[in-house]
This record gives sequence, structure tokens and C-alpha cells, in this order.
Amino acid sequence: MTIEFGDSIDEAVSARVIALDRDLKDDPFAGITETVPTYRSLLVFYDPAIVAGADLAKRLEARAAATKASNETLARHFTVPVCYQGADALDLQAVAAERAMSADEVIALHTGATFRVFMIGFAPGFAYLGGLPEALATPRLAEPRQHVPAGAVGIGGRQAAINSLPGPSGWRYIGRTPLRLFDAGRGEPAFFRAGDVIRFAAVSPAEMADLDRRADLGEAIVEAQPPW
Amino acid sequence: MVMLDVLRAGLLVTVQAKPRTEYLAAGVSPSGPMDEDAFRIAQALVGNGPDAAALEFAQYGGSYRVSEPALVAVTGGAVEVMIDGRPAPCWESHLLRPGERLDVGVLRGGMWGYVAFSGGIDVPVLLGSRATHVRNGMGGFEGRALTAGDRLNLFASPALSPRRMRSIFRRPSGPIRVIAGPQDDYFDARAWSLFLEEPFAVSTRRDRMASLLFGPALKASRGHDIISDGTPPGSIQVPGSGTATVLTAERQTTGGYPKIATIISADLPRLAQMPGGLPFRFALVQRDQAEDSLLVARRLADTIIAEIVNA
Repeated sequence: MTIEFGDSIDEAVSARVIALDRDLKDDPFAGITETVPTYRSLLVFYDPAIVAGADLAKRLEARAAATKASNETLARHFTVPVCYQGADALDLQAVAAERAMSADEVIALHTGATFRVFMIGFAPGFAYLGGLPEALATPRLAEPRQHVPAGAVGIGGRQAAINSLPGPSGWRYIGRTPLRLFDAGRGEPAFFRAGDVIRFAAVSPAEMADLDRRADLGEAIVEAQPPW
Repeated sequence: MVMLDVLRAGLLVTVQAKPRTEYLAAGVSPSGPMDEDAFRIAQALVGNGPDAAALEFAQYGGSYRVSEPALVAVTGGAVEVMIDGRPAPCWESHLLRPGERLDVGVLRGGMWGYVAFSGGIDVPVLLGSRATHVRNGMGGFEGRALTAGDRLNLFASPALSPRRMRSIFRRPSGPIRVIAGPQDDYFDARAWSLFLEEPFAVSTRRDRMASLLFGPALKASRGHDIISDGTPPGSIQVPGSGTATVLTAERQTTGGYPKIATIISADLPRLAQMPGGLPFRFALVQRDQAEDSLLVARRLADTIIAEIVNA
């Protein structure tokens, strides 16, 4: 069943979704088998042999009402390195031209913003981000690209994202992070969780090459930090 | 070490196992069998447990050989199975000896078939399951469908006495039942009356991710874009084209099209197995009916499995 909190991309809505999800992880109801937090709702899977949906829906609504919207001190904070140069900056110049600014201004806006992970979805580990500065909103490509690398940092309309697996996409990509967003061999295969807060930091191609190499070796190149 | 050689690949033959359900929130699509009941019965006929892997095929099964004796069972529909040219009826298990050729023909009255071998297929467990996700290239055997010349391993199994079912596995017929939503309110009364009164049929555009339906175009009066939310199995999403699209095993975990209704879990395997072009209708039920129907469907499969006897 789907527990709806709203119909918009809204931090307060997302906070309530994530708060209920966390609350159910800490103190689950019998019969719930899986939960998926999204932008606007919590998808709850349950086993009707253990709990009737009507009962569960009532209890979930009561729990949602009683759960304080996400206590932001619980959010994890990360600084994510991004290379905005060379082959990693697929659409940087095009986005800059469309937004009538310089590439440096695009980078400054992008690294100056605070993003929130609203949802992991679409593909394993793919992170949908909110918090894109209005000035950077850029329409998707009319024709999707057939190959966008993992780690590409993109803009799709008013949304932002980090690609997790290589594949086709119509989003505009302005840089790439060496962070591995998905690794099936990791204890927690998706690096980000809904509710995380991130900022991007520009790195040089030389630093990028070093971080790529370390990430390939399985090193943790990004760790949670205190809030800014 | 028991080896399984693919002599002729069937269509979209993949290693399947229970769905990968624990990582949906990490964006990992569940995958798993398109018809979980037929899969479970095939596994039970060869004595395998709930975590074992078997082969799934789309309509045509292919030809195989093993290096050590193994039990084999084929389920999913009516299909001609031969061992070295001798008929080996489906929905029961048979001893396959080293060097003998197993030929699995074309399914009638179904889309997805299962070939289970005693011991189960030995592929790595990825994120809790051996299931292949073809689109993501994850899990199973190299994350892909099998081709002629592939060599897989089977786990050894101690017991090799063939088994059979005491009664035929037969699902109830009738309309495909749905519950409304999650975005039922995106569609007006006219769209709903088309949805519930006109016939639909599964088109040729179907795979493990989704089945596109023939039928009336459904217009979402509130638009065909939503803020992405979760995709339950069996949800019927409607993009701007108006084509009702049923999401199945390899669906994305989230999506941005409105979903008019969700096929109840009890009827989803029946939709997956529906022959292309065969007209059917949808019927709206309430959540408690959907839950009761699932428990009935589970009991049906559980009873069939509990009653399996040595042949």
C-alpha cells in the first residue's frame, strides 16, 4: 500500500516520508516486509497472512501523525568530489550557454548549493536530488544519450541527480564524481539513503584520477561528516 | 561437480530464483520468476528448497545435457518434453542421465516456463538472491540470458527419485482483478468506464519488465506525469500514449507515470501467462478481497506442493 504525504517535490513532505520510514525501521509493525521511501509517499509491502491491510493502514496513519517530521540532526552530511573538466563535463558548456552564464558560474552555483537526497530509485543506487538553484534548471535532451557513465552528475529540468550505473539518459551532465554510488559487494550497496544532505566540491583532473584509482580499490573516498 | 550444458538456447532463458526483495529502497529491482507458483512447483518436483535457482524461458525451452544424474521437471504450461527422444511429461520430474539430451519444446497456453534441476543451479547469491536481472545485467549466470555453449554448474543432490503431483495445478479463470490506485484520481469517470468495461489483451511488446496492453487509450485528466513514487508489482501505469502497461518482475523500483490500478497479487501470474491477443477484462475489487484471494492462491500452490508424491 502507498502512504501519501503530498504531491510535490517539497522538503517538508520528504522529511515526513523519511521520518515514517525510519520510525518503522526502529519499531516495525508485524507483517511489513519492505518499505520504499519516495519523493512524496512511502510504499509499504506487507503479508496479508500476518496483518490485514485495513488494520495496517489505520496504524500507519496514526504512526505517521505521531512521528515528528525528520529530526534533521539525524540526516547524514557528505561532501562529494566532482570533476567539472574535460570528458567528465559532458554538457557543461551547453548548459552554461543555455543559462547565459560562464562555465565557472555554473560550477560556482552548483558547488554553492546544498542538495537533499529525496529518493533512491530508477536504477540501483541512483540518487534523485532536490536543491538545484533555479538558475541552473535546464530541460532534458530531446534525444537521450546512449551512454552516460556511472557517477555522472546531472540536471534534468528542475531536478538534479547522480548516475549510479552506466546507461542511456536524457539528462544534462556537467561533471562526474569518483564516488561509487552502487556496489553490490558493499554491506550497504547503495551509498546514499533518502534524507542525506550533500554538497559538491570541485576537484582537478589529477585529483579525480587519484580518487578514481582509490575508489576502484574499494577505499571509502567520501565519509559522513558533521553538518556544515 | 555436476555440469549443465546448454546445447540449444530457448528464448530468453535466464537463471531465476526468489525475488531480490530486500533492496528495493536502494533502487534494486526485484526480478525473480514471472510465475512464482509454476516456479515453486517445478522446484518442489525435483526436491529443491526455497533459495534454489532454476531456468525460466519465454515460450521455447531449448536443449540441455548434464554430466551427472539429475532430476528434471518442466512447468509453466503445456509443453512437449523429450529425454533422448522419449516423451517425459511436463509437471512431473524425470531422471536425466549423463549424456542424455533433454529437449524442451514450445509452451501452449502460457508464456513463461520453468526447467528445474535437482540441487539447483550453482550461481553466486547476489544481494540475497540468485535471480538474473537482464536489463541491469545483474545476478544469475553472468547477468544475462543463456546461449548455446554455456556451461553452468548444479549443486549435487542426494535424492534422485522422480516425483509427481496428485492433482493438476489449475488457476481460477475470469476477469483479471485490480485494486484502484495509487493514482486512480488522475483518471476521470470516462477513463475508468473504458478501463472496466472494454476488453484488453497483452500485446507482443512484453518482457520481464512490463507488458504493454492492447485496448482503449486511457487519458489521465490530471496529466501523465506524477512526482515519481514507488511501483508495486502489477501496477498499471499509463504514459502519455494512453497505453496501459503492466509492471512485472524487472520493473523499476520507482516511476513517474500515473498508475490507474494494481493487478492483485493472486492474478498477476495469470496476466503474465496470458497468451498474446487473448481478450480479457479487468474487474475492480477491494483490498480485503485482494488479500483473501492471495491467501487462497498461496494455499492452492502450497497444497499442490504438499501433496507431491514419489512417482
